[in-house]
Formats: sequence, C-alpha cells, structure tokens
Amino acid sequence: MQALVSLACGLIFGAGLVISDMVNPGKVLGFLDIFGTWDPSLAVVMAAALLVSYVGFRIARQRAHPLFAPKSLWPAKTDIDRRLVIGSALFGLGWGLVGLCPGPALTNLATLAPGVLAFVVAMAVGMIGHDLWQRGR
Amino acid sequence: MTEFTPVSAAIGGALIGLAATLLMLLTGRIAGISGILAGSLRSDDRSWRIAFITGLILAPLVAGLAGYPLPPPQLPASWSLIVGSGLLVGFGTRMAGGCTSGHGVCGLARLSPRSLVATAVFMATAVAVVAVSRHVIGG
Repeated sequence: MQALVSLACGLIFGAGLVISDMVNPGKVLGFLDIFGTWDPSLAVVMAAALLVSYVGFRIARQRAHPLFAPKSLWPAKTDIDRRLVIGSALFGLGWGLVGLCPGPALTNLATLAPGVLAFVVAMAVGMIGHDLWQRGR
Repeated sequence: MTEFTPVSAAIGGALIGLAATLLMLLTGRIAGISGILAGSLRSDDRSWRIAFITGLILAPLVAGLAGYPLPPPQLPASWSLIVGSGLLVGFGTRMAGGCTSGHGVCGLARLSPRSLVATAVFMATAVAVVAVSRHVIGG
C-alpha cells in the first residue's frame, strides 16, 4: 500500500514540477538571475507549495500516526552546523551552474536526454561518495 | 529569458505542496527528493522510494499522453559542466541533509530554523553563481 501511495505522490509532485515548468533549467536560472531579466515564477511556486504544505503538515501533526504507517518520521535534527552551511553552499553552486536540482533532474529522465542521464548519474555518484566518506569518518 | 507565469506556477506549486502533504499524512515521510534518492541507492527501505521516483518520471509521460509532451531540457554544451554540477548537487544535498524540496518546501513548511538557514544559503549561492556566470564571465 505504501508503495502505491508513494507512486501517486511522486506522480502529483512530478505533475507540479511539469506544470510550473520547474523542470526547465532556463526557468529556474531565470529566477536566480536577479541582475538579468528576472522571472519570479519560482518564488510563486515555492509560496504556493509552502502554503499548502504548511496547512497540510499542521493537519498531519494532529493525527496520532499516518494512515498507512505506524509513525510519522518528522526530521529530528535541529542544530545549525558547518555541514549544513557548507553542504548548502555546495548544492547552491551546483544548482546555479546548470539549473537542475534533484527533483527536476529525475523528472527529466522521461525525456531520455543524454545530458540529463549524465547529470543524474553524477548526482548519484556525488551522493554515494558523500555517504561513503561520512561512514568512513 | 523566460516569462513570468504566475498562474501555472501557483498551480504547480500547490500540487507540490499537496504531494508533500499526502506523503506525510499517509506514509509519515518527508518529500525530500535528495533523501529519497540517496536512500534508494542504498538498501534503505527501497520500495516506497523507488515507487516515488517512478511517479516523478511517469509524470511527464502522462503529460505527454494528455497532449503536453515535455521537451528535452536546455543544458550547457559542456559535459564537464554537467557532470561537475551533478556531483556538487549530489554531494552538497547529502551534506546539507536536504534540497529545494526537503529544506525549501518541507523544512520551511515546518518552520524549521535549520531549513531556513539551508535555503537561504543555497539560494544566495545559486544567485551569486548565476550572477557571475551570466554577468561577469558573460557565459
């Protein structure tokens, strides 16, 4: 059941990315290009997403547990450390170079574009690399 | 140069918020794509993650069936730029513990100070990178 629900959620999420054109790197870079011809669309996307999830999460908080799972896995970390800041900076650096972040990159796999495949493989390697490095520390 | 499209942006954003809400309400999980992908690469509770990612990839295909095919994205000509960017996004999102969906949507929706800092940092960095690449280097 969880897999079916997750599939549906992924579909809805992907539909949101496609309809808002967040799968289009040009659109994302247009938002980040505040010194150029600025396209505020991404801000509207985030505002709408935040509005809905803020209300949705408050509703979820009030339930004893999720409908199809024994408990909710709310993130537990609260400390703002160097890893958070440096990691975010590295992510922002990568994101600003091409205009792809994990969600849109995966969604774009549907286009079978070789560049997308290369990006996703590199992203996976980066993720595995980080996690292996962390485990070794 | 892209045009401001507030209506489709709002609709799309609302759907993203809905997806995040449903995933939490129904399965108790955060719709943070970097975390979902990273977990699927290990053996961490794989099936729901692969299902979610499958949904993401199916979305444009469904859109195509409905008459709105997704064109291949415009990417830079340089393969090293694409690969370098991918590596940074992969490594950085893991180090930060989240990305635009995990921190930017879910984290901010929870009013998480950690996510506020993360989002501010990756937004500011990305803006700086675009400013340099488009207006200083003129790439």
